[in-house]
Amino acid sequence: MSIQRLSLYELHEKFTAGEVTATEIVRAYGLRIGQVEPKVKAYITQTKDTAVTQAGALDASLKGWRKTLPLMGMPLAIKDNICTQGVLTTCASRMLGNFVPQYDATVIAKLRAQGYQLLGKTNLDEFAMGSSTENSAVGPSRNPWNLECVPGGSSGGSAAAVAADECAAALGSDTGGSIRQPAAFCGVVGLKPTYGRVSRYGLIAFASSLDQIGPITKDVRDAAFLLGAIAGHDPLDSTSADVPVPDYLRALKRKDLKKLKVGVPVEFFAEGLDPEVEQAVRAAIQELKALGGEVKDIQLPRTDAAVAIYYVIATAEASSNLARYDGVKFGLRAKETKDLLDLYMKTRQEGFGPEVKRRIMLGTYVLSAGYYDAYYGKAQAVRTLIRQDFDAAFQDVDLIVTPVTPTPAFKFGAKGDDPLQMYLSDIFTISANLAGVPAISLPCGFSRDGLPIGLQLIGRPFEEETLLRAAHAYEQNTQWRARKPVIR
Amino acid sequence: MGITKQEVEKVAKLARLELTEGEKAAFATQLSQILTHVETLKQYDTTGVEPTATVLGQVNVFRQDSVSPSLSIDRAMDNAPESIDGFFVVPKIIEDRQPL
Repeated sequence: MSIQRLSLYELHEKFTAGEVTATEIVRAYGLRIGQVEPKVKAYITQTKDTAVTQAGALDASLKGWRKTLPLMGMPLAIKDNICTQGVLTTCASRMLGNFVPQYDATVIAKLRAQGYQLLGKTNLDEFAMGSSTENSAVGPSRNPWNLECVPGGSSGGSAAAVAADECAAALGSDTGGSIRQPAAFCGVVGLKPTYGRVSRYGLIAFASSLDQIGPITKDVRDAAFLLGAIAGHDPLDSTSADVPVPDYLRALKRKDLKKLKVGVPVEFFAEGLDPEVEQAVRAAIQELKALGGEVKDIQLPRTDAAVAIYYVIATAEASSNLARYDGVKFGLRAKETKDLLDLYMKTRQEGFGPEVKRRIMLGTYVLSAGYYDAYYGKAQAVRTLIRQDFDAAFQDVDLIVTPVTPTPAFKFGAKGDDPLQMYLSDIFTISANLAGVPAISLPCGFSRDGLPIGLQLIGRPFEEETLLRAAHAYEQNTQWRARKPVIR
Repeated sequence: MGITKQEVEKVAKLARLELTEGEKAAFATQLSQILTHVETLKQYDTTGVEPTATVLGQVNVFRQDSVSPSLSIDRAMDNAPESIDGFFVVPKIIEDRQPL
């Protein structure tokens, strides 16, 4: 099998065994990127030339000694809202079009310490605000399964790069579904860890109480492998949790769901769910049952509130996080301004795209005097109710299974003029962020048009092992992973 | 919930965003729609419910107040749009004093 078809873990094993060199790996991916990237447009910045040089140095230094670091020579792509020292990090925004970080995000420092190779920085909706990459200032990425469809968002570039074999694996970030939804649309695996599981230091902030970095990979084992590489407490992120990191690969040894109770929330199978998606997810639930899972209906009665809560809390946090872009210390500065206030106003007018402005406006409104209690305070209180729903459900079951999205990938422009419709399409993924619980998206079928359909498993806080075990058992007993997009 | 153009202008000023007339009109309509949806939250009784600011239940996280390496001034200034001698340059913010 060609190098770029291998999973991250398979590639790691071949490299460890000395069957392939770092240079061969990077060259194979460089070739693949050269072939398909003009169509897929997954990357904002490519660093494959630097990677070739580094791989050469690595091979020379090893001289027949086999490697000891888990990610040595492994070619990864990183979402362009995660800071990489010395490499442009734009957030797909004009505001940061020239921003070169002076430091690495903690996840990058960890990957670097384990010997990874950076292939490039991937496209996203500007500041991770969107569900399609259509809000990127450099233009959208395309879905490898159908170039006329969106790859999803906001981590659409990362998901498209993994699906198109333009990297061995990638990192994304997930505030309301931004890892899981593009993973579902592109037919790959996406894991949003428990809030606090992975350090957010160096992740350019969107909504700090919801943001979480996670892996986007070709299969479930890769997600376990990569999560293990980035998880853990970080003194530089006060919201990272001081909870030991287990060996996630060990969790995959049990290839069944025996003694696991699986809840099916009735609220997630309501109107608006595409029949093909429902059929695929229901079939997957039967498979989980066949693998030994005890399946039962449960309720998450406040699910309907999730989108409304999210678009208050996320925008409120965004409006204050994005206040730092003022044209003074870094990033864009407007020219020809008459005073400091004018500098702020014009810089922000020129630097932000329409969706970012819309969310800053909404967030500023809900935090403003006279509306704070009615909107922000209320949303925070109903968020508590959502958490209580999950707490109650997890008294009863070990896992919750749902669709990832109401429909498969949609066409470009399909939701263009209606932000509320775009927001409502996040209905199935947002709750996990509000409750801070981990969730994984993996392929569970295809539509008649050949577009991937995703299955979501949601788990208890810090029980990623259970998610990975169940997802892996399902994946091993189905054939979806074998299908690959033909890019044309 | 209807939002007027005047309210949009007020919020835009608070957010330090200069908007075009087209943006003002679009945002008035779109924010009204979104807030109408948000008002569905009223149906949930939250009497006595503690608001969630963070899911981790942390209060304060402290560290030792000790000196550790940090960015040099030069590197910290590298991304500045305009700087002189380690200072960020901004338009003048203090008015010239009127002659007495």
